[in-house]
Amino acid sequence: MHLSPDETIFWQYGFLKLNSTIVITWGLMLVLAIGSKVITCRLSTGLQRSRWQNLLEIVVTGIEKQIEEVGLSQPQKYLGFLGTLFLFIAAASLCTVIPGYEPPTGSLSTTAALAFCVFVAVPFFGIEEQGLGGYLKSYVQPTFIMLPFNIISEFSRTLALAVRLFGNMMSGTMIIGILLTITPFIFPIIMTVLGLLTGMVQAYIFSILAAVYIAAATQVRERKPVPEAED
Amino acid sequence: MDNMTIIAVASIVIAGITIGFGTLGPALAEGKAVATALSSMAQQPDVSDTITRTLFVGLAMIESMAIYCLVVSMILIFANPFWNHAIALAGGK
Repeated sequence: MHLSPDETIFWQYGFLKLNSTIVITWGLMLVLAIGSKVITCRLSTGLQRSRWQNLLEIVVTGIEKQIEEVGLSQPQKYLGFLGTLFLFIAAASLCTVIPGYEPPTGSLSTTAALAFCVFVAVPFFGIEEQGLGGYLKSYVQPTFIMLPFNIISEFSRTLALAVRLFGNMMSGTMIIGILLTITPFIFPIIMTVLGLLTGMVQAYIFSILAAVYIAAATQVRERKPVPEAED
Repeated sequence: MDNMTIIAVASIVIAGITIGFGTLGPALAEGKAVATALSSMAQQPDVSDTITRTLFVGLAMIESMAIYCLVVSMILIFANPFWNHAIALAGGK
């Protein structure tokens, strides 16, 4: 049973393996980076602009608006990290229209790596915004008893991010593979469309959850003054 | 029944039960969440963007419970370490 793209090995030298996950990940990175570079090498600020620049502008402003709605007041600082997460996972699941392609996010190593990036980024942005003492103090909010629960919740959030994305992608590819042996004509195409939809939703969910975690870590908690009762 | 049969029967039965019960709870919860979201959108249509976004985030959290059950079920059927160990023992004899 073909479980994950880790099993397709292109080249091996001792214990170093070049498997399908690594090759497709690097391919996606090259396509995204070189494509963006080619589109943005000649930017125009007037009304006359190429459709590719328009596309990129729609994507970037859309992501920026979403980050702002989550509660991060300066979306430019986080646009690089969160936008890249969204674009990588979305591109990885969009390319399933290409025949013979298996998404690299269907392998637990890719999703664990992405979740680990979020795990590292949350304290990084939190310390950058609130200072080391302020960020560490947020672990003992609202009382000191919550310290182990806050620490455990950090780890369980990361694990949940990884397993959620992996489970969705892997089950999508697996159900198409199983259906191909049972009803090999129209039904697998419908399941591929469903897989595309869940892939895009999962990309959105992953980046929005990362944004929510970063927002929770960078919120400066202000004490609201108790409103005086009016008589 | 020898060891291999016990492992096989237990894995198959538990895989079925896991995925059966594992999708029951999240389905009920997601139905309740969507119903509440729809009624609150009917009450306040101007914040329906926020409601939709929060609904999707909540649905993904609930869905991940079903995904955990699916992953355990898949492991039991396709990557069962006890079965692999039993096969290795039987093949080694």
